[in-house]
Amino acid sequence: MTTLDFALGEIADAIRETTARFAADRIAPRATEIDETNSFPLDLWPEMGALGLHGITVEEEFGGLGLGYLEHCVAMEEVSRASASVGLSYGAHSNLAVNQIRRWGTDAQKRNYLPKLISGEHLGALAMSEAGSGSDVVSMSLRADKNGDHYLLNGTKFWITNAPKADVLVVYAKTDPSAGPKGISAFIIEKGFEGFSVSPKLDKMGMRGSDTAELVFKDCKVPAENVMGAVGEGAKILMSGLDYERVVLAAGPLGIMQACLDAVLPYVRDRKQFGRPIGDFQLMQAKVADMYVALNSARAYVYAVAKACDAGRTTRFDAAGAILLASENAVKVSLEAVQALGGAGYTKEWPVERYVRDAKLYDIGAGTNEIRRFLIGRELIAG
Amino acid sequence: MKILVAVKRVVDHTVRIRVRPDGSGVDTDNAKFSINPFCKHAVEAAVQLAEHGHADEVVAVTIGPAKANDVLLVALAMGADRGIHLVTEERTEPLAVAKLLKAVVEEEKPDLVLLGKQAVDDDANQTGQMLAGLLDWPQATFASAIEVNGDGLKVTREVDYGRATYALKTPAIVTADLRLNEPRNTALPQVMKAKKKPVDTRTAAELGIDIAPRLMVEKVAPPPDRAGGQAVGSVSELVDIIAEVAAGGERA
Repeated sequence: MTTLDFALGEIADAIRETTARFAADRIAPRATEIDETNSFPLDLWPEMGALGLHGITVEEEFGGLGLGYLEHCVAMEEVSRASASVGLSYGAHSNLAVNQIRRWGTDAQKRNYLPKLISGEHLGALAMSEAGSGSDVVSMSLRADKNGDHYLLNGTKFWITNAPKADVLVVYAKTDPSAGPKGISAFIIEKGFEGFSVSPKLDKMGMRGSDTAELVFKDCKVPAENVMGAVGEGAKILMSGLDYERVVLAAGPLGIMQACLDAVLPYVRDRKQFGRPIGDFQLMQAKVADMYVALNSARAYVYAVAKACDAGRTTRFDAAGAILLASENAVKVSLEAVQALGGAGYTKEWPVERYVRDAKLYDIGAGTNEIRRFLIGRELIAG
Repeated sequence: MKILVAVKRVVDHTVRIRVRPDGSGVDTDNAKFSINPFCKHAVEAAVQLAEHGHADEVVAVTIGPAKANDVLLVALAMGADRGIHLVTEERTEPLAVAKLLKAVVEEEKPDLVLLGKQAVDDDANQTGQMLAGLLDWPQATFASAIEVNGDGLKVTREVDYGRATYALKTPAIVTADLRLNEPRNTALPQVMKAKKKPVDTRTAAELGIDIAPRLMVEKVAPPPDRAGGQAVGSVSELVDIIAEVAAGGERA
């Protein structure tokens, strides 16, 4: 497909090329099976690590590429184009876990955890939500009580991407329940820590194969040196991380929209009705045009915000705006993809129904679109 | 041994080609470009020879517009040590490319020049042969295997009657076929390293070589739409039709 050159730079283009080729060869052929069996393809992780995908934003001394969020978005988009669920797990691993440890970990923590996460030997996750605490994260109830040289964690985290197979998890907990936002701290948890367990994975509408589960902490002993950032700084770490998380994850719906066009364009060229390809009909041309414009307008916003992040000009409401636009466009575009394929699109013989189920996640995950609108509106009116 | 490997930027082979309405050529506005697939096999062969200790330097060269530095980056990421970019925005025919490459060969003095057997844009399949002619060097085209043999090469080419193996003395020209190897998908750290490798960028005009096109394109037309086939009732009917077509008969 011919498309606009967004002039993202030689490196971003090379990353797109390399990631797209790998994703087409190694991920796309398994996407249907990953969805049907709801099983996470852990074996892809070292392969993606060997390609250099896991540490795009991490400095070279820790095994990364030392690049920016724009390049990370491009990789996220191409992985998601092949399989949105692998893309989601990839985003949770490489941004939520890896990039947060890069930003806030001590030198010792980075040396301890980053190399294996970047090689793909280890899988990472990040946990903020709880059953009773979603968008209102400060209301979290997971407790972390200091006990000599360690903390004891008690409580649960819910809807945690990558949880069942994660080796390293960034977890937010209350170190001082009376201090409000200043009473939250970030911890690095290893799966083998005493008192830590994971409940069976959830059965989801979409993003199947990107495992989601509950974390359970029962007197889980966490060494004090595993506090990430300063004690009481957790809310700041969490909130600033959300900006980058939203930008990188916004590339997921971009990949889904591209996958929709990848399926729809050949179909409308081939499928004949009334003796002509259905692509000859103007209603179908209008549909395809709208899909393309939805994709490229979302791309423009996401890439622009990613570039702003790389230039150190992050705005919280534009990070929220980029994923708001991309996620809503992806839901519309994937529904139109089903429509373009007609009866075929409604069956599991074609991947487009999966794209709808997968796209819907981005209306919800990393802060719902309601919260994103609230945040944007509030900041605009506050001036 | 020092290897020079030539790479060309072409419209990506997966792109649906559009012919310009006036028939003057292919519409390349906004088309996706990439390295010619045959050139990629040539680069892979060069890098493998280096990895096996047969070459101490691999130099990649491209002739083309300023944007063609992206195919040099591919070659450098695959393992070429440095690049040469002769910039020209003009259409270059095989003879012009061969003459420019000859000038590069005279500067670089490689023992082996590897090229793709042809480029997928014009399918000329001439540059390697012309370069060999201009240099008066031995050539082995359509290589499916390359072996270093003392101070020469053993090159296998796939031909209609099987495989032919040739012994060549270096310096020599070898053009790569698809079965020569499986080009590597480079990892991102290699791409980052490639960015730091030296590239000597000059205008092709600086070499003072006449590269003006010798050929005039009269008309470019898209392939005709495929006419519908016809169901046949039996094998014997099919054989009759084939015989009729072979005898020069026209069938609707």
